Amino acid sequence: MNLSNASASLNAILPLVVVILWACALLLVDLFITKERKGLTALLAAIGMLASLIITLARLDLEAVVFNGMVTVDGFSNFLTVLFLGSGIVAVALSYDYLKRMGLEKGEYYVLLLFTVSGMMLMAVASDLIVVFLALELLSIPLYVLAGIATPRLDSEESSLKYFLLGSFSTGIVVYGIALVFGATGTTSLAGIVDAITAGSAGMGLLVAGAAMLLIGLGFKVALVPFHMWTPDVYQGAPSSVTAFMAIGAKAAGFAAILRIFIQAFPALSVDLTPVLWVLAALTMILGNVVAIAQRNIKRLLAYSSIANAGYILLALVPYGQSDVAADSVASALFYLLAYAFTSFTAWSVVIALEQVEGKGLELEDYAGLSRRYPILALTMTVAMLSFTGVPPTLGFLGKFYVFRTLLEGGFPGLAVIGVVTSLISAYYYLRVVVYMYMREGEPQAIRDPWLYIAATASAICLVVLGIFSQPLFAWASQAMLH
Amino acid sequence: MVPVEYYLGLSIVLFSLGALGVLIRRNAIIIFMSVELMLNSANLTFVAFANQYQLISGQIFVFFVMAVAAAEVAVGLALIVAIFQTKQSIDVDQINLLKG
Repeated sequence: MNLSNASASLNAILPLVVVILWACALLLVDLFITKERKGLTALLAAIGMLASLIITLARLDLEAVVFNGMVTVDGFSNFLTVLFLGSGIVAVALSYDYLKRMGLEKGEYYVLLLFTVSGMMLMAVASDLIVVFLALELLSIPLYVLAGIATPRLDSEESSLKYFLLGSFSTGIVVYGIALVFGATGTTSLAGIVDAITAGSAGMGLLVAGAAMLLIGLGFKVALVPFHMWTPDVYQGAPSSVTAFMAIGAKAAGFAAILRIFIQAFPALSVDLTPVLWVLAALTMILGNVVAIAQRNIKRLLAYSSIANAGYILLALVPYGQSDVAADSVASALFYLLAYAFTSFTAWSVVIALEQVEGKGLELEDYAGLSRRYPILALTMTVAMLSFTGVPPTLGFLGKFYVFRTLLEGGFPGLAVIGVVTSLISAYYYLRVVVYMYMREGEPQAIRDPWLYIAATASAICLVVLGIFSQPLFAWASQAMLH
Repeated sequence: MVPVEYYLGLSIVLFSLGALGVLIRRNAIIIFMSVELMLNSANLTFVAFANQYQLISGQIFVFFVMAVAAAEVAVGLALIVAIFQTKQSIDVDQINLLKG
């Protein structure tokens, strides 16, 4: 690769380069910021992501295949990059006051956040399995540390250890899957895999085994049943601001990898994989929603809700092998991820506002009477719960609508019925939160932090307004993946 | 020359041992060692197929895996030390504060 080639490649991934360099610089700058003024680090981290976001938004129609085909910038990656940077910025807004209250003000928190975001952005552009692996680790390793950042609090340490052990276990499975795919095709590039399959030189047995292991490994990351058992513990034990970010960013990044790998490289394997995806999606939706009913702790409740939502996103992928549906498959999955991100941030910011030191304020009973004393918080939480349930005109409704439509196009009415029924079940535990807030007597405690309120109300307003004017958003999500 | 199937067979055995170790053993450090075994079985597969196809890229991948595994070890051991200081134990059955 000559020099002009290299600069063209770097230019194509400029937003990613900005975030990585900014994170390295911030690590040094933070040393000179005193303990009382860690807000400055938060501000700098947000500015770095904002700069990267502006660059991305300024060239949304950029399409390029660079670094010898290892990196692909296209509509798919641009959409996800905006989603990741947006979640990163919101996560900083949610973290600042929360960390101060919990006595966790550490500069490296924001640096680790930036590194995680850079891993997610790399995942969005990765079109070679080596890069997928690197991106997966770049986003996971800082998240392990972030989950345990409240050390020596035991719940945070436990959450971090569980996340680490299960996370590295799943990495091992992913790497072995990549090795098998390499053995079957002699390449790790997604385009090369397709070429090997069409040329007939691929060992199909090894390839199917490799694809299945990739699905299992990434299924751990996005918490598909039966690979979900770490999720409730990790989500409950980690600091809430980290959990909010993990629930959105890490899940979206995992699905970015699944979508790109399966739709670009493995459409030929759909005969074998579609039934597996069918079963995984059905199990995930059923178990996530049914077990959530029994939860009294709001963080565990949202953890099971995030498992259930992974099932709904996976629905979009089930008909991926039919070439005329694949484009809709990507579009509806991306749209659902966006709706899920907005809804989750709204819900988590209310959870963070109510959480007190030493894990108090997280039970369902602590939400009783919220509408009297904090009407705005109660209203935003209600919007989030309605959007999770899928009530029109919220974004959550449209997300589910597009996913079910894709399923019907692909000819899976049975699975769509399971999806609708589990949505009805989910209404029970989502609306129970609303009942507690509006119809029970209680003395809830919440903080009044401007950034948190801005984040909560802005994302709640987006949920409704974008839900009403969703056409341009869906059109954006439909911008095709490069083949 | 040893046929590639033998290497593949050995790597499957190593991978299964690693995966079983993660699922059965209760000591965090031994679980972690089992994960390393899984990663190394993947490395063996890479090297064997790289040799069969005469492709250098498979060998390069091994270096990537080793470097990233080293980063993971650094974080993982730090976590285990931190939890040992708080809990005086690294038995994952005793680390059970979170459940429900």
